[in-house]
Amino acid sequence: MGAWYELIYFAFRNVKLRIGLTILLFFVLAAIFAPLFARYDPNAYVGPAAHPPSPEHWFGTTTFGQDVYSQFAHGLRLTLIVGLLGGSIGTLIGILIGLISGYRGGLLDEILNMITNIVLILPTLAILIIIAAYLTVRGFLVQSVFIGLTAWPWAARAIRAQTLSLRAREFVDLARMSGRSSMKIVLTEIAPSMMSYLFMVFILQFGGAILNAATLDFIGLGPTQAFSLGLMMNNAVLWAALELGMWWWLIPPGAAITAIVGALYVMNVGLDEVFNPKLREL
Amino acid sequence: MGRYLGQKLLIYSLTFFFAVTIDWLIPRLMPGNPVDTLVSRMALRADVAAILRSYYLQAFQLDLPLWQQYLNFWGALLRGDLGVSIWLFPQPVLKLILDAVPYDLFLLLPAVILSWIAGNQVGAMAARVRWLDNSILPLGYILTATPYMWLALILAWSLGQVAGLFPIAGAYSFGIRPHLSWMFIKDLLWHWFLPFASLFLVMFGGWAIGMRNMIIYELEADYSRYLESLGAPPRLIRKYAFRNAMLPQITGLALQLGTIVAGAVATEIVFAYPGTGYLILQAVLNQDYFLLQGCFLFIITGVLIANFIIDIIYALVDPRIRTGMTGA
Repeated sequence: MGAWYELIYFAFRNVKLRIGLTILLFFVLAAIFAPLFARYDPNAYVGPAAHPPSPEHWFGTTTFGQDVYSQFAHGLRLTLIVGLLGGSIGTLIGILIGLISGYRGGLLDEILNMITNIVLILPTLAILIIIAAYLTVRGFLVQSVFIGLTAWPWAARAIRAQTLSLRAREFVDLARMSGRSSMKIVLTEIAPSMMSYLFMVFILQFGGAILNAATLDFIGLGPTQAFSLGLMMNNAVLWAALELGMWWWLIPPGAAITAIVGALYVMNVGLDEVFNPKLREL
Repeated sequence: MGRYLGQKLLIYSLTFFFAVTIDWLIPRLMPGNPVDTLVSRMALRADVAAILRSYYLQAFQLDLPLWQQYLNFWGALLRGDLGVSIWLFPQPVLKLILDAVPYDLFLLLPAVILSWIAGNQVGAMAARVRWLDNSILPLGYILTATPYMWLALILAWSLGQVAGLFPIAGAYSFGIRPHLSWMFIKDLLWHWFLPFASLFLVMFGGWAIGMRNMIIYELEADYSRYLESLGAPPRLIRKYAFRNAMLPQITGLALQLGTIVAGAVATEIVFAYPGTGYLILQAVLNQDYFLLQGCFLFIITGVLIANFIIDIIYALVDPRIRTGMTGA
């Protein structure tokens, strides 16, 4: 238990982690509660067109008179959900392939390594473009799955390297001598020893999935039925928000994405300092 | 070194083969007949739909056995036949893409190379100058977290729309035709600056952070400590650290290519810059699938070529590979 107390103690002392976590929590809470305060349907034409922020429409209105605040609130929710799902799927596949390939070695490792290298080179966006274009109806679930399916290679590579070095340690040798199955050794000995690392991989995958989804939505290949922050930017560009100088429509969606992803990156650096005693500032 | 590049070439060929197969497979994997799906989504007049339908049927060759469809697909690809665009019917897809390539290169090459060089220099400086570190690090994190299109939008709005310093759309003014003159070149550069700047800034943040962290790591390494204890001047130690930190940054460039391409696509859309990104947007808006598939193949090919160039540079820079001491 002592180790946990120490970790939590250092976690709360770490400024980067505190800043990152605060910003992230703010946006998570906003994603949960902001849609409850939205007075309008995000798609409905409810107000005067292209109107700057006012007490009636907190974030102003679009070129067609839709309420930007309602779109933002619903978009934020979807963006976080897609990031969470896509990031989780990418992390899980990365862990699976990294652990298997690193622990088993041999031919299986060669094959998995080859697949990892190929998917690593393939530009994610290109694949997603071609898949999204042919899917007539696209939900956010499909989008998350495909983002996860293309984002795992670097995670797999890093986890494989960690597994390789852990496999040669004495405590793993001991476990092997005790006759435990490979599966059990990987799950009870190797995976827990790199838990902190896996958590950091997840945070980076989370941020990456948000950025990927935003780019895809911006190109017009996101979910067809729902609202996301990327789609808001796509609409803003297509309907001349730039030419009309509608900053209230252009700025909020990207600012939220930047803040969330930036917070995740800063958290990652903070976590690194917490988990790695060498980096701690005493 | 030959073995190293040979190995890389093998991976790239496999990747290309895999990508082309995906390109062929995906329309055929989707539920229903791809031709019916395509035509029904376009909401055309009945007679136009019939013409388009017969064109697609011929292009997809769905009546042939699968293996023959697949071989024919490769055959057409190797002949440079990527189909006909629907958006700009009846222009061939290959021509549209070739017209867009110069703009892509004109935007991407300077942005990638300059941001990489500047990011490395500034990052290395930040590792030893406290005040610079305190300002570059947060700035770098904000920049790498920024979606490319948003920074592009912000620049276009502030410097283009509000301040009126730069144009916000196109590669050159509507009034003039491309020709070789000072006026045209000035106009071209003037339109080029904002898309370039937004790509440059986002990438710069990532390179600066990466270099800073690598240098700090290298300065802690045993060889640096050893040099220090020998009384070597700090300049010399920093030079060695910089050289060692360069290698992961070169690998990083190869790994980032996919993200960079995505960023360029988004940036071109914001500025209506007539590169591949703009083609992709038009293809999506006009349900132009052959154009989309052509852009896909073009991006894959471009990324593979860029990867190979980076591999060659890496092999030249890394003395271990140069002398054949290691395979990877």
